[in-house]
Amino acid sequence: MRCAPPPARTAAELLSDRTRGTGESPDSPTLTEIFADTASDGGPLGFMLTQIAPEDGPVLWISDRLSRHEAGRLCIAGLPRPLEVIAVDVNRPIDVLWAMEQGLGCGVLGAVVGEVWGDPPQLDFTATKRLALRAEAHGVAAWLIRRAAHPNLSAARKRWRLASLAALPDPDDHRAPGAPLWRAELFRSRWGRPGDWVARATAQGGLHLDHRVEADAAPSRAAEH
Amino acid sequence: MRHEDKLPVLLQTVQSAPHRNAAQPVAPAWRAGTGVEATRQQGRGQACVAAGAVAPPAEETPRDPLARRIAALHLPTLAMDRYLRHCDRTGAPVPQDLPLALAVDGPHGPVLHATNRAARLAGMRLGERVVDMRALCPELQVEFADTAGDRAMLARLMLWCRRWCPWTALDGDTGLVMDTTGSDHLWGGEAAMLRDIEEKFSLMGLSCDLAIAPTHGAAWALSRHGGLRETCQGPELAQRMAPLPVAALRLTPDTVLLLQRLGLKTVGDLAAVPRRALARRFARAALPQNPLMRLDQMMGRLAEPVQSPDDPPRFAVQSRLPEPVVDPEPLLPELARELCAGLAAEGMGARRVTLTLYRTDGEVAALSVTTARASRAADHLLRLFEGRLERLDPGFGFDLVTLEASVVEQLDMVQTRIDGHVDQDTELARLIDRLSARFGAERITRPAPKDSLIPERRERWQSAMVPAAEALAPPRSPRPLRLLDPPEEIRVLYAVPDGPPVQFVWRRLTHKITRFAGPERIAPEWWADRPTARLRDYYRIETQHGRRYWLFREGLADDGRGGAPRWFLHGVFA
Repeated sequence: MRCAPPPARTAAELLSDRTRGTGESPDSPTLTEIFADTASDGGPLGFMLTQIAPEDGPVLWISDRLSRHEAGRLCIAGLPRPLEVIAVDVNRPIDVLWAMEQGLGCGVLGAVVGEVWGDPPQLDFTATKRLALRAEAHGVAAWLIRRAAHPNLSAARKRWRLASLAALPDPDDHRAPGAPLWRAELFRSRWGRPGDWVARATAQGGLHLDHRVEADAAPSRAAEH
Repeated sequence: MRHEDKLPVLLQTVQSAPHRNAAQPVAPAWRAGTGVEATRQQGRGQACVAAGAVAPPAEETPRDPLARRIAALHLPTLAMDRYLRHCDRTGAPVPQDLPLALAVDGPHGPVLHATNRAARLAGMRLGERVVDMRALCPELQVEFADTAGDRAMLARLMLWCRRWCPWTALDGDTGLVMDTTGSDHLWGGEAAMLRDIEEKFSLMGLSCDLAIAPTHGAAWALSRHGGLRETCQGPELAQRMAPLPVAALRLTPDTVLLLQRLGLKTVGDLAAVPRRALARRFARAALPQNPLMRLDQMMGRLAEPVQSPDDPPRFAVQSRLPEPVVDPEPLLPELARELCAGLAAEGMGARRVTLTLYRTDGEVAALSVTTARASRAADHLLRLFEGRLERLDPGFGFDLVTLEASVVEQLDMVQTRIDGHVDQDTELARLIDRLSARFGAERITRPAPKDSLIPERRERWQSAMVPAAEALAPPRSPRPLRLLDPPEEIRVLYAVPDGPPVQFVWRRLTHKITRFAGPERIAPEWWADRPTARLRDYYRIETQHGRRYWLFREGLADDGRGGAPRWFLHGVFA
């Protein structure tokens, strides 16, 4: 049995931490949004799974009906690291948000993942702010996977845009794809500068940001934000 | 507790009868209504136990060993009756002329456990192997029996039978036994009571054989080997038992065989043998192999009281209101606290809690919530009702509310943590409860992988309300992160019919394949699939945009199981 999680922090504590500049670091659990470049792409999931450590605890995986229908269900046999998953299948995006809030209040979870299709009107700044504050108060990482969505106003502390790149060559078979590569664009971040990386998973399953993509390689996206 | 305080007083008055006048002033609290009632009940329970099991005091007249009336119920076709009832209820009734059998696993393959009437007429015998019986009757339909479910149903029937008399018990896998001493006159005599029992059972679709006799053994024998609803009085017991076969003595089959080989075919034959000869032969045998002890039990020479288990505890609290109310919410905290206190006193926790509102116009509205783990935390149970009370229609108001823990489980006391938190499992179970209360228990799932090579069969999810299943070893070859359900058909260009694909169209977009790995061939599972199921050749491919998918070709070009092979997209890799 794991130790009990630390008690939830109050809003005043969070505020005082922020003014003093302590307590928050780029690695502390918070709300992160990942936008999939293409709805059917598996890259965003792979990128997110490199950042969820199995030893943190079970993962609450909430998905709405359209996400399940269009992008398929999670396949346990394909997880890069064995995770304990509790799946919540809901119909509407607003139910995803409600279930995420419930999950974030439970400190024993390792992460809460929500998959939302499109741009539902309920997923506005207030909703994301609630999720972010709750995630930070209870120390549970919250992940929003957005497909077929536009990066509207949001309080997510980190916002990524993900696309798959051609994989590394397989050392044993020159015709086969090897370890996957992703192009990860951090277009909003509370800590550190936004940027554009080629990302891959390390041998242990963690995230490795390989090298920055040159700014002129993606001029159109840089101009947008 | 007040009841227990008064019990010794009662016993004291009974034991010291000459000093009754002196003892009476000691118990003034007898005038209180409920206390007297409870004391009387306690006293009656004591008296019954004494009459059944303990020898009476020496100064009284010796107890007649054949004074009790024991009813035995035999449900010979319980398993089949239950299966047919289940089929009727699920809307797929079994035709009466279809030979149907239920099977259980035997040492050399499945054996018949129960048969319906058509199968019996076709010559199907219980205990025979299914393959042998299929050879006799090829159209025999065989299902697996649910023996655990049958036992659970019999246990429920045993409690339900307490409508006729207070002491009932299980008697083997297909029988019940009831001590109806003194209860039959409430039903108009023994014959009327037996008819009533048989009628109530047949209304449920269960057929049963009944008999009443002075001893358990005799009632058992008459119900299995006697006539229809037979009753047997004490004086005629020996005479009635004599013609019954020795199998009526509740002996194991090998003992019955042994007795038959000895030439002792009936109970009368056995009773005629000198007792010492039998005692020499069977002195050390256990009860089910000992004809002498079984004969003594049948004839009442060896006591065999009905050991009736207690009623299961029922946890329900109610609140009567002087005026009709529309909103049940303010009443709930007090009810939940009371219910949880009752559960805590018995060391139980609730798995399902039902709230029932009795409306003034006679309607009843009910709402129940379930929990993943047994719980007796009032605040947690209350949170499960949050947001659901609006769905109850209060009408013109209700004046009675009950909160009942309808499914309970043993829940031991746990040490609270020093920091006031609950442990990880409890907190997770509470989260699952809250989500289930809102979305339904079937929406909250955990993986329960099945050991299968077919990818979608391996990925199985079960409700998170049941304990987590064992994890399986990951498959040797890579699997995608997401599976499409069902696989989506694609149009594929290929160089050779059985070779790798070159290009495909999926969701109206054309993808060019730059790299591929495979094929990985997955053959159909012949023990589970239809004979026409085709094999699958899986390819892990990468498109020109860098996305990785899992495609498969169903079948080969000339495998004789359909037309040209079709292609499907089944999964997405990271």
